[in-house]
Amino acid sequence: MALALGCGQQQETETTAEITVTGGNKSNLGFEKLSEYGLFTGVLAELNPADGVIPYDLNTPLFTDYAHKKRFVKVPEGEQVKYTVNDALEFPVGTILIKNFYYPNDFGKPEQGERIMETRLLIHKEHGWEALPYIWNDEQTDATLEIAGGTKKVSWVHYDGNMKTLDYSIPNKNQCKGCHVRGAEMTPIGPKARNLNGKYTYTDGEMNQLLKWQELGILSGLPDLANVDKMPVWDDAHADLYKRGRAYLDVNCAHCHRSDGPGNTSGLFLTYEEADNAKLGYFKAPVAAGRGSGGLMHDLVPGKPDSSILYYRMNSTDPGIMMPELGRKTNHDEGLMLMQAWIAALAEKQ
Amino acid sequence: MKNFLPLLAVLCIAVVSCNTEPNWQDIEKQLQEQLILVEDGGTVKIPAGHYKFTGSLSLEGKKNITIKGAGMQETILNFKGQTDGAEGLTISDCENVVIEGFSVQDTKGDGIKSRKVNGIVFRDVTTEWTDGPKTTNGAYGFYPVMCENVLLEKCVANGASDAGIYVGQSKHIIVRNCTAKYNVAGIEIENCLYADVYENDAFKNTGGVLVFDMPGLSQSGGYVNVYNNKIYNNNLRNFAPEGNIVGTVPPGTGVMIVATSHVAIYENDIEDNRTMGAGIVSYASSGKTWDDTTFNPYSKAVYIHDNNFDRGFGLADMSNDLGKLVSVYFGFNVPDIIYDGTIDPDVLDANGNVLEEKRICIRNNGNATFANVDFPNQFQNIDEDITKYDCSHPAIEKANPQLTKLN
Repeated sequence: MALALGCGQQQETETTAEITVTGGNKSNLGFEKLSEYGLFTGVLAELNPADGVIPYDLNTPLFTDYAHKKRFVKVPEGEQVKYTVNDALEFPVGTILIKNFYYPNDFGKPEQGERIMETRLLIHKEHGWEALPYIWNDEQTDATLEIAGGTKKVSWVHYDGNMKTLDYSIPNKNQCKGCHVRGAEMTPIGPKARNLNGKYTYTDGEMNQLLKWQELGILSGLPDLANVDKMPVWDDAHADLYKRGRAYLDVNCAHCHRSDGPGNTSGLFLTYEEADNAKLGYFKAPVAAGRGSGGLMHDLVPGKPDSSILYYRMNSTDPGIMMPELGRKTNHDEGLMLMQAWIAALAEKQ
Repeated sequence: MKNFLPLLAVLCIAVVSCNTEPNWQDIEKQLQEQLILVEDGGTVKIPAGHYKFTGSLSLEGKKNITIKGAGMQETILNFKGQTDGAEGLTISDCENVVIEGFSVQDTKGDGIKSRKVNGIVFRDVTTEWTDGPKTTNGAYGFYPVMCENVLLEKCVANGASDAGIYVGQSKHIIVRNCTAKYNVAGIEIENCLYADVYENDAFKNTGGVLVFDMPGLSQSGGYVNVYNNKIYNNNLRNFAPEGNIVGTVPPGTGVMIVATSHVAIYENDIEDNRTMGAGIVSYASSGKTWDDTTFNPYSKAVYIHDNNFDRGFGLADMSNDLGKLVSVYFGFNVPDIIYDGTIDPDVLDANGNVLEEKRICIRNNGNATFANVDFPNQFQNIDEDITKYDCSHPAIEKANPQLTKLN
């Protein structure tokens, strides 16, 4: 006698589900392989810039799980970048911004080689900026376009001599816009005049980057350098502590936490230019932090980092609590020390 | 008779062995790729099944998109192993999106967040935390924020540590035929303009339906209709993480209006909420301060009418100061409607009375009892005279979200 009582729950198929979608294929986004762009000459992993590809650095960079960065820009021949006072410089259509993320195998010994994890391209197309994430293969011969991002395990010997291992996350294409956006438009974040305003050691000698770009004929409208704002290097002990803290917050937070950024729902605005302490979070109640508030009452309490939600969230690696929300998985110990000192010193500044 | 016993044994075993783990599959990369590649006007279909995710999914910058599962019981997206991002699904900078037919479980942060979307429908979708109501659960189940033309219908929100269904800083919203249970706030409308909340079930939350205005945000709210809902048995302990404003809601709250004006609460069944059926308070009663000079902390032009209030018998919940206060003064006879007594000095006429169009009006609620607890004077002149509030307001304009893509 067959049992009529079948186990309904066991009817699921063993095969991988096929998501069906109307429209949608990987056409026309970009080259499949990084090498196809011709941005580097010789061995790709050596990142030797081709003609017209200019290396650059930032006074205060974004923290990305201790990954080191090699940044380049390619401005189309005959075109120029326009100087702007506060936000990213105005790059012409056709510009490619290139950001390579790598880990030296031993942070204390550069001669031990390195591993490149990903290269992020920001390409200024006719319709606006387009972000394309490329993941490097283990052989380090090339990188492949992966719009859904990915994860790769990486290990390195850290500054303190200890081995660290990390499941490094490469963002997906949508997540790029999670930070690289103003209003509804994609935008570069790093190359702002005040963050470029510093020296770089080129193959032909050291020079201020803005002056160099002007000399190369790719930057227009640069005022007298004395009148150009300069963001401090965040870990320069000789620089002004208040400005260092503001620089760190601007670079790590303000792409979202600004009035036209994705974090504007919070009412907490952390741009370098923000002058209103209420918007900077002084005694501000959290809006939708959930357990991100850590039981604390205010975003920022001058003099008291341990009472400040801002510090609490930067000091967390729980995905439901941590800030920034994307782009890191580990804490930035040195950055946190700066934030402690910065918040503590705010009591005096009042 | 003898022959039935072995058969019975086999039947029992068959039934018991049906409760095995579902077959969890990984479609994360595929699904995210499709969400990136789908063209305007397209549909992403997720078949029936159980799927595990390690990171947030996102849809961004698209128009006229449908994301459709096989049903909230059939297509299950589980984020218990989430290591990247806080939300389950985020939708941003889109137009005309329909989210339909699946469940989002156990996200580290909010379940589904839609930000800056014009035209969004959530239908037959569940957000839930499968381990019950916990402080470590994400804050919001459904989280449309800075959106316009929003419809949530036939959805279920379960276990959120702030609000199950939360709509913030948005315009033209309908929440209808939804179920909100085991959340701190069942349904919360915050800093929204033109919202209709109707025919929902809000039960076993800390507070059933909240209408709040908070300072320092992109817009202030008002013009909210809450009607034909069943708001009952909202006596759950407040499990919100400390510091959140929703943590001030006392267990046993049916409906609470904070700092919002032009609100109508009518034709609801408000039953078995032990501390207050309906509460009308100003932001100052929360104990929080604010710096926003444009913010008005008072609730005005509130009209509570034609509701069925039935509290049942028993003390208010005492885990919260308001509950303790209410118990001290009222014992077992906790009033159905509580007003904190704060008055906006800017809306008084020459005689010191509140302008008619700004009054709090309470009418036709059967035998509902009332108290003005006189918060501004430290509860010295508690006044239970409900007739002082016997007035009415014209109907509030319906929310009327414009939604072109309804299927």
